[in-house]
Amino acid sequence: MTTLSTVDRSTVLALVIASLRDLYEQNDITADSEPGEDTYLIGRRALLDSLGLVTLIVDLEQKIEETFDVALTLANERAMSQKHSPFLTVGSLADYICALLDEQRNA
Amino acid sequence: MTTDQQVVLITGTRKGIGRFLAERFAHSGALVEGCSREPPDWSLEGYTHHLADVADEAQVKAMMTSIARRHGRLDIVINNAGVAAMNHSLLTPIASLDRIFDTNVRGTFLVCREAARLMQRRRFGRIVNVSTVAVPLRLEGEALYAASKSAVETLTRILAREFGPLGITVNAIGPTPIETDLIRGVPPDKIQKIVDSLAIRRLGRFEDVANVIDFFVRPESEYVTGQVIYLGGVS
Repeated sequence: MTTLSTVDRSTVLALVIASLRDLYEQNDITADSEPGEDTYLIGRRALLDSLGLVTLIVDLEQKIEETFDVALTLANERAMSQKHSPFLTVGSLADYICALLDEQRNA
Repeated sequence: MTTDQQVVLITGTRKGIGRFLAERFAHSGALVEGCSREPPDWSLEGYTHHLADVADEAQVKAMMTSIARRHGRLDIVINNAGVAAMNHSLLTPIASLDRIFDTNVRGTFLVCREAARLMQRRRFGRIVNVSTVAVPLRLEGEALYAASKSAVETLTRILAREFGPLGITVNAIGPTPIETDLIRGVPPDKIQKIVDSLAIRRLGRFEDVANVIDFFVRPESEYVTGQVIYLGGVS
């Protein structure tokens, strides 16, 4: 298990990409390119539908708990009220998760 | 770790129908997880008990984490934990509302939500909630209890739609009065009046409840969701 003190963005990014890959596979989604920082998760350019995004969030929360032993709620009211959605792209979601983990570390 | 055995969670297993169902599933070879606020005075091979209040989010989450870590799966959930109360509305303290809705509505929702998070990993799940014939019979003296179970029925129908794409069915059973602690203290003439209003005029049995649950949870029932089945011919 990775501890909070050793968390780095690349670990979080890898978790998001792994979850997204699993989701594409489960739903027979064929992407033009490998998921990366700039892959859209919502909006017209996203390959996920709304249920896909819900499933991604649930899966990520579980992976984060298994990896860092921290129970995060990603889809909280704060996330939903932000002007720029943290769920826009893989990269923005990774940034958001890192921010939440930092908050936990400094709490 | 993922086991090959079916994993079943039943809430409110300390006594009554919950205990009966736990024993039944365990005897059929399932790994059974159960919970209650107080420890049971019985144990059983293949059965694990959690001291948990279904209305407590942290305790429900901890129970699900324990199930996930030990079994890696959850196939069936029976939301049996329930609180009943019988009183004329004019004499009902508001604390009764909190107590009834905490267990019956908040508890059912929490267990459904956390169970579905685990079930969706394998794209399979069967959730059975427990309502009551007091909802369609609109029984006087059971306003809060019936209202809480009406909420459970609505949760059942909407969660069925939300969880359907994840391979999870959500149904409910509405038992008639059964000889359990829930109806102890209810005047016999009141119970008789309810029985007289049924198409099949007798008290329910644990086996009647188990029969409907068996139907809901069998693999062949993958196309049955969002349904409420009442016992005794009530509709």
